[in-house]
Amino acid sequence: MFENIFGIHEQALLLHGQRIGVLATNMANADTPNFKARDIDFSEVLAGTDDSARLAMSTTQASHIAMNNAESAGGELKYRNPFQASLDGNTVEMPVEQAAFSENNVRYQASLMFINSKIAELQFVIAGQ
Amino acid sequence: MSLFNVFNVAGSALNAETIRLNTTASNLANAESVNGDESKVYRARHPVFQTMMNTDEAGFDGQAAAVGVRVLGVVESKAPATMRYQPDHPLANKDGYVFMSNVNSIEEMTNMISANRSFATNVEAINTARDLLLKTIAMGH
Repeated sequence: MFENIFGIHEQALLLHGQRIGVLATNMANADTPNFKARDIDFSEVLAGTDDSARLAMSTTQASHIAMNNAESAGGELKYRNPFQASLDGNTVEMPVEQAAFSENNVRYQASLMFINSKIAELQFVIAGQ
Repeated sequence: MSLFNVFNVAGSALNAETIRLNTTASNLANAESVNGDESKVYRARHPVFQTMMNTDEAGFDGQAAAVGVRVLGVVESKAPATMRYQPDHPLANKDGYVFMSNVNSIEEMTNMISANRSFATNVEAINTARDLLLKTIAMGH
């Protein structure tokens, strides 16, 4: 009953936490020549966590090794397409990064809020009052 | 926990931008420096930034997700120093010329504004990461 109690938000929180690191890297390297901005494709990673979206491998014998794809979030870091190329080869565009950063911030807090209300809900049920 | 990486990454950027501000201050301070010898005149200094790729952190899907920035070195501008004919100047050479530093004040001012903005952005990133971490720690309360 309790293994999937927070739904998608448990993974979403981890992913948004990682995305903050990626976006902070982009902003830290805003003045580094030849640095290429990267980002996480959230929808692709989300699709990767859904078992029905892929062909699952089943184990029919005891010696078979179970493939558990759900544990690692799929997808990879992708390079951002800049709106305008810059002479030093840097593809970081500060407004884009700042917008993505604040969006990610809100999403992180939303996931956190869902988890918090789930915990409050459970505490209410356990206390029975 | 990747949220803690933000402190390292943004911190490295703060350090790099501080060095950039220092070179700007040095350049502006020496903008009017003169010398009678062209090889000894002050030349504008600029830091060279480089991404710190050799990080131990495995990060996202085996790729180093959070990487900081460092100052690889400081290079001197190759722009020619301006010659000025001032025979009464105490530092003038035997032909009566002094050499002015090749600092471009306008370039330095824009550089300073850019460094200022980058610094503020990274401070904001650190503040955001701190807020989110504190909220995560307080989960369930």
